[in-house]
Amino acid sequence: MSEFFTLHVNGHDHEIRDAWLGENLLYVLRERLGLKAAKGACEQGECGSCSVQVGGELVCACLVLAASAVDEPIVTVEGLGDVPTDVQTAFVETGAVQCGFCTPGLILAVHHLLEHDPAPTEIVIREELSGNVCRCTGYGRIIEAVQRVSVARAAAT
Amino acid sequence: MSITGVDRSVREGVLGGSPTRPDGIAKALGSFEFSSDLGGDGALWGATLRSPHPYARIVRIDLSAAWQIDGVETVITADDVPGAMHYGLIDQDQPVFASDVVRYVGEPVAAVAADHPETCRRALEAILVDYEVLDPVLDPESVVDGRAPDIHPAGNMLRQQRIVHGDPAVTGDVVVEGTYELGMQDQAFLGLEAALAVPDSGGDGVELFVATQWLHEDRGQIAACLGLPEEQVRLVLAGVGGAFGAREDISLQVHSCLLALRLGRPVRLHYSRAESFLGHVHRHPATIWMRHHATSDGEIVKIEARFVFDGGAYSSTSSAVLLNAITHAQGPYRCANAVVDGYAVRTNHLPCGAMRGFGVVQACFAHESQMDRLAEACGVDPVDIRLRNAMRTGDTLITGQVMDSVAPVEQCIRETVALPFPNEPVGGHDGDVMRLPGGAGRTADVEHVVRGIGYGVSMKNLMYSEGFDDYSTARCRLAGGVATLKFATSEVGQGFVTLAGQIARTILGVDDVVLDRIDTSVGSAGSTSASRQTWMSGGAVAAACEAVRDTLFVNLAMLNGLDANTLAIDGTDVIDTAGPFRVPVAEATARGEIEQTAVYRHRPTEELDEHGQGDCHTAFAFVAHRAVVDVDVELGLVKVVQVATAQDVGRALNPLSVVGQIEGGIAQGLGLAVMEEIVQINGTIRNASFTDYLLPTMLDMPDVVATLIEEPEPLAPLGAKGVGEPPCISVTPAIAAAIRDALRQAGRPHRIDRVPVRPIDIADV
Repeated sequence: MSEFFTLHVNGHDHEIRDAWLGENLLYVLRERLGLKAAKGACEQGECGSCSVQVGGELVCACLVLAASAVDEPIVTVEGLGDVPTDVQTAFVETGAVQCGFCTPGLILAVHHLLEHDPAPTEIVIREELSGNVCRCTGYGRIIEAVQRVSVARAAAT
Repeated sequence: MSITGVDRSVREGVLGGSPTRPDGIAKALGSFEFSSDLGGDGALWGATLRSPHPYARIVRIDLSAAWQIDGVETVITADDVPGAMHYGLIDQDQPVFASDVVRYVGEPVAAVAADHPETCRRALEAILVDYEVLDPVLDPESVVDGRAPDIHPAGNMLRQQRIVHGDPAVTGDVVVEGTYELGMQDQAFLGLEAALAVPDSGGDGVELFVATQWLHEDRGQIAACLGLPEEQVRLVLAGVGGAFGAREDISLQVHSCLLALRLGRPVRLHYSRAESFLGHVHRHPATIWMRHHATSDGEIVKIEARFVFDGGAYSSTSSAVLLNAITHAQGPYRCANAVVDGYAVRTNHLPCGAMRGFGVVQACFAHESQMDRLAEACGVDPVDIRLRNAMRTGDTLITGQVMDSVAPVEQCIRETVALPFPNEPVGGHDGDVMRLPGGAGRTADVEHVVRGIGYGVSMKNLMYSEGFDDYSTARCRLAGGVATLKFATSEVGQGFVTLAGQIARTILGVDDVVLDRIDTSVGSAGSTSASRQTWMSGGAVAAACEAVRDTLFVNLAMLNGLDANTLAIDGTDVIDTAGPFRVPVAEATARGEIEQTAVYRHRPTEELDEHGQGDCHTAFAFVAHRAVVDVDVELGLVKVVQVATAQDVGRALNPLSVVGQIEGGIAQGLGLAVMEEIVQINGTIRNASFTDYLLPTMLDMPDVVATLIEEPEPLAPLGAKGVGEPPCISVTPAIAAAIRDALRQAGRPHRIDRVPVRPIDIADV
C-alpha cells in the first residue's frame, strides 16, 4: 500500500504515508505526527479528552477517520503556541488543573466556547462543556476559569 | 463554590498560601508527558489476551497462528514467567498469567508484542484457548454460609473479622434496622493504564516508566515475578492521569517488563477503556445489615452490624478494606456497645480493592441511613440526632481505641447546617429546563419536582493501619539559595509537588525549589492513598528540610561565633534572635551545599484481636455534608442542586488544593449516589465504556459551598490532616437522604436503601 494523504495541522501540511486507513485522527496526530496533547481516554467520543478543531468545529479526534480530515484545517492544543493563552493561564491559576489529563481537551473547548459566546452564563458554560469529562476537580474551578477569562476579555475591550 | 473560614496573608509560595502547580502550565499547554505519551521511537506495542469466562479450566493454549502474523515479535504466557507466578499487595494469590484456571472475565492469559496496535489485536484474535467452562461462584452469601466450592487453593474467605465491644446483650428502647447495598464503583481515572518498559542492554535489568500510586511496592512485586534483584528493576513515575485507588495494584507492570526483557527492545503497553474496566480493581460492592439500639431520646446504646463485601476473584486489599468498614460501623458517633461481623469473600466477579474512601464509603452509607431512621423513630430532627451522638476527642471507639485525634464532629455539623441554601427555586428563576432533573433531553415537569434535603457525616482513618510499617522518605539539598527535593511520592494530580515546594520555602527561607525526578533511586514514600501523603511525605520533606536548616545554622554559628540555637529563618533571611545578625539564605548558602535525607514514620498501630479490639488506626478526620436535590418523583429523575460541607482539615496548607479535593470528592460521591455502577451479569461486565458507565459531567455537578474547620492536629507533622478521602464519603448518604426526603414530601415514602439510586427505585414501578 503506497497510498498517502495530507493533513493540514496547526498551519503546516503533513504527508501521512503507509498508514493503515483505519487509523483515527487521534492516532495519527499522536503516533505519526508526535502531537501528543490530545489524549485518548474513552475512544468513543464521550469524554472530550481528544478534542481538536477540524474546519473550525470542535470534534473528538477519536471519532474522526484521519484520512477523511484531509481538506480541513486542523488545530490541536499545540497550535495555540508555546506561550500560555489567557485560558491556559486561568486554568492554572484557578486550580482547574489537577491530574491534567482532561486539560488540553478542555482548553480547546473553552477557546471554542468563548469565540462563539464571549459572555456565557453559567448554565451555558455547563452545557457547552458537558462533553468534557474531568474526574479530579468536580468542575468548580474550571467554571471559575472560564468566567475569569470572559470577564477579563470584556474588560480589555 | 464559596469558601469561608480561611484567612491568608503569607509570603508567596509558602505554607498556607495557594501557589500554582509547578506542572500546571505544562499540563495546560499539553506538553506534560503522561505515561501514554512515552515511547514513540522504536518501541513495540504490547497487548493482553483476557479470559472471556468468569470461571473455566484452561485445557489448551495454541499460540502458533499468532506467531505467524507479520509484525508479531513475541507471544508469552505463564510458561514465560521466570520468577514468582503470583503477585498481590497483601497476599500473593493473583497469577501473572492464568495457567490452569481463569477466575474472572478479563483475567490475563497471554500477551503479545508487535509493530502496531492493529497487529496486536489480530494476534490476540489468533491465539486459540480451549476452555472447560465451570460454574462460577457469584453469590457472596454462598461463600459466607459455606455452600460455594473453593475457587482458589487459598479458599474463598478472604477475611472474617468480628468486633465485640462493651455489653453485647444490652438493648435500647428504640431499635431500627435496615439492609443496605452498594454497587461496584469504578475509579474511572481518565489517564488509561500505560507503561513503557525499557530493557537494560545486557538483558539483566529493566527500567519501567509507569503511572502508579506506589513505585517501591510495584518494584518489589515486579522484581519477584521477573526473578530479578530489586535493584535491577528501576521504576520512574510517568505522568499520572488520576488514580483514586485503581493504581495501587499491579496491572500491566509485569507484562510490559516481561515483553521488553524477552525481546531486548522497549515495549509500550496501553489499555483501552474497555480493558481498563477489566484491568484494575474496583470499589467493593457490599451488603450491610445494621441495627441501632437507642434510648427513647435518640442516644445510641448499641450497634449490631453484618458486612458482606464481594472481593471478586483475587484478594488485593480486601482484608484491609473490610477492616476499615467494620471499624467505622459506628461512624462519627459515640457508641459503648457493639457486635459487628465482617466477611470479605472471593467470587468470580471482577477483583475489588482500593478506591477513595476504602471501605468507609460503604459503612457510611449504612450508618447514615440508620441515623435518619433512628431520628424518625425517636421523633428527632436528623441534625439533632447527629449532634446528640457526635463523637469527641477522648471517646472510646468500638475497637477499644481512644479517639485522640482532634474530633470536631459537632462543629462540622453546626457549620454545615449554617451554610446558605441555594437561592434558586426548582427549575431556577427562569424555569430553564436545563436546571430540571434530566435536563433538556428528558421530560421532567416542574409540577412533579420536589426538593429534598439530606445530611451525612463521616469519620475516616488516615494512613495505614493494623501494624503496617508506614513511612516516607525525602531528601533535601540546599545550595546557592536553591532547594532541591527528591522523593518517590506519586503525584497523581493531588498536588503534592506543589506542597513540597511550599514546605521547603517555609522551612528554609528560599524562593527557588527544584523537584528531582520521582523514581526508585531514593527510599520509599509509601502509597499515594489513605489520605496519607500530606502527613507522611509532607512529614518527610519537612524533616529533611529541617535537618538541612539545622546544619546551616550550625555552620553559620561556627563561622560567625554565634549560638546555633538562637538562629532562625525569618522570611528569606537567617537571623539571630539574640542579636543583630541577619543574612539572606541565598547568600549564606552561596558556597558549598548541604544535603540531608529523612524518613518519617507515624506512630505504630496494632492488629485487632479475635474480639476486634486494638489500637489499629493512626488518626482520623471528619466531615459533614448537606445535600439539596430536586427529584421528579414520577420519572425517578434526580438533580443534585447544592452540596454544603464543613470539613475537618487540621490546617489548610494549600487552600486551593483543599478546595480541589472537596469538589472532586463530592463529584465522585455524587456519582456513586445516583449514576455510577459496574453492572455484571453472570460474571460478565456489561457496561465497560463511558457510554454505559455514567460519570458526572459539568451539568450533573451541583454548586458546592464549603467551610474548612481548621484546628491543627497535634499528632500531624504540619498540623494538617489528609483531605483526599473525606469529601467523597458522606456526600453519598446525604444525597440518598435528600431523595428520601423529597419522596416523603411527595407522599411516597421509600427506604432508598441501595446506591446508586436508579430511576426505577424512585418511581417504584
